[in-house]
Amino acid sequence: MSAAHARPRRRRRRTGRDRVLQAIATAAVAGPLGVLALLFGVVAWRGLARLDWLLLTGAPSRHAEQAGLLPALAGSALLVVLVAALSVPVGVGAAVYFEEYGHDSRLARLLELNVKNLAGVPSVVYGVLGLGVFVRALDLGRSLIAGAATLSLLVLPIVIVASREALRVVPAALRESGLALGATRWRTTWGVVLPAALPGVATSVILALSRALGETAPLVVVGALTYVTFLPDGLDAPYTALPIQIWSWVSRPQPEFIVNAAAGVVVLLTLLAVTNAAVVILRDRAQRRVLP
Amino acid sequence: MSAVGELAVQDAHDLARAGRPIERSIEVGLLACAAVSALTTIGIIVVLAQGSLAFFHDVSPQQFFLDLQWTPLFAQPRYGIWPLVGGTLLISAIALAVALPLGLLAALFLSELAPSGARRALKPLLEMLAGVPSLVYGAFALIVVTPLLQRIVPGLAGFNALSPGIVMGLMLTATVATLVDDGLRAVPRSLREGAWALGADDTAMIARVLLPAAKGSIGAAFTLVAARAVGETMIVAIAAGQQPRLTVDPRVPIETMTAFIMQVSMGDVPVGTPAYRSIFVVAGALFLLTFVLNWVAHTRVRRQP
Repeated sequence: MSAAHARPRRRRRRTGRDRVLQAIATAAVAGPLGVLALLFGVVAWRGLARLDWLLLTGAPSRHAEQAGLLPALAGSALLVVLVAALSVPVGVGAAVYFEEYGHDSRLARLLELNVKNLAGVPSVVYGVLGLGVFVRALDLGRSLIAGAATLSLLVLPIVIVASREALRVVPAALRESGLALGATRWRTTWGVVLPAALPGVATSVILALSRALGETAPLVVVGALTYVTFLPDGLDAPYTALPIQIWSWVSRPQPEFIVNAAAGVVVLLTLLAVTNAAVVILRDRAQRRVLP
Repeated sequence: MSAVGELAVQDAHDLARAGRPIERSIEVGLLACAAVSALTTIGIIVVLAQGSLAFFHDVSPQQFFLDLQWTPLFAQPRYGIWPLVGGTLLISAIALAVALPLGLLAALFLSELAPSGARRALKPLLEMLAGVPSLVYGAFALIVVTPLLQRIVPGLAGFNALSPGIVMGLMLTATVATLVDDGLRAVPRSLREGAWALGADDTAMIARVLLPAAKGSIGAAFTLVAARAVGETMIVAIAAGQQPRLTVDPRVPIETMTAFIMQVSMGDVPVGTPAYRSIFVVAGALFLLTFVLNWVAHTRVRRQP
């Protein structure tokens, strides 16, 4: 009797209770997905019916039919640009420090733990931090820059963690060949490692910015307004943002404003779908770079 | 010459001229970037501690910890924290009651029971769902779920705990599924094969081998999601109401710690009043609660072999 000829069974016999488990688990996936599809569908249906050019380019109004999203879209766009400018250099710099210069020192490990903790802090608490530091202590008031700074701190852990992943994937051989040829550590990082990690780092930036795009609570706490009819005219200007406008509309009792909110949700989800698609494309390119 | 080779030549020139100081200052600059995260934590602690201490100048800790009413905006305000904590816990309990079982089953489906194509399609879908802002889920709760539930549940108010709790649970199911799936995949295949070799079917393998082996990371995942439920703001701000109330009845309006912070900071509460400072003390309580939950989650993961 030769055991060497024994072949592994490709399929085990399914018992009755396995079938039951399979059915329950499938329901546990299909159920929530179905409900979510329903929720998205209903809101999108009502929102799309309301969506038109006036909504996208007009200013808010006491009359629901004339209300528009332009100041909110402008505010969100400016916030995203500012958050990128603030959080990307600091976040990527920190990631580079952890991955390239960390040397597993105690300081580095403490800072790493700190970043992990920060990722779990509720977004309102970041808002309160922004209120205390930017709005009051630095006396920036309810300004665009205070909101952008607050959001930058909130997304910083995302940029750091995701950029670190991107840097880690770069083969050691690349770094070592740079160093072996006499390039300094920084030159190797700037000239070789970062370009190689670029799709992954770009992914981390987009993830962070899409998170910033959807945040409501911290901006409310640092003073974003809910009724703004003009576009922000400077870093110190008052402002609003797309999620804030949606929230303001959904909080009104009149059903016409609820429909406006649904339309706003459609706009927001469309923007996020675009960024999501960008992430997927970039991830695909990153994969194809690493594998020869 | 290759890109790296050109850099190397350039560096030989640089080093000849400028030497190590540039490298050193760059390293310090990068360390400063990493230190920003430390400053953020210090900033949070300082802001919350300062505001809380100022709060306790005017309001006694006894009232804060023992009073059962939270009415900071009344003419005769009362500052007992329990209605807010109770509201947070009630909604979180409902959300977790939905998300933990469904998420666990979904993770089992993804990692053990699904046909291979299904997994490849579902993982990105779950990731997309996790990226939807909670504001959108809040809109769902108010626009669709509450009216629907009002036809089924007698006495359900327009603002209540049940609707946002269920919707939050749906939102968190995706997160639970992803985290638990990661934990299940970390269990070596040999353990499963050992069970099968001994004649176990999938149910027995899962119940007696897989889940016990993964229980550390599953527990950590549950704890992390609990922290997220506690810290969630927009779903409850939109659909739960603004009436702090200590109750277990999910049909009435309540207020959570998070929604309160948002509500008061929006209003015209004058700076320096106890009502204003209550923002910081409630945020402090919230921060401590989520910090403990996150810390427990991370230590449980470390204990895994």
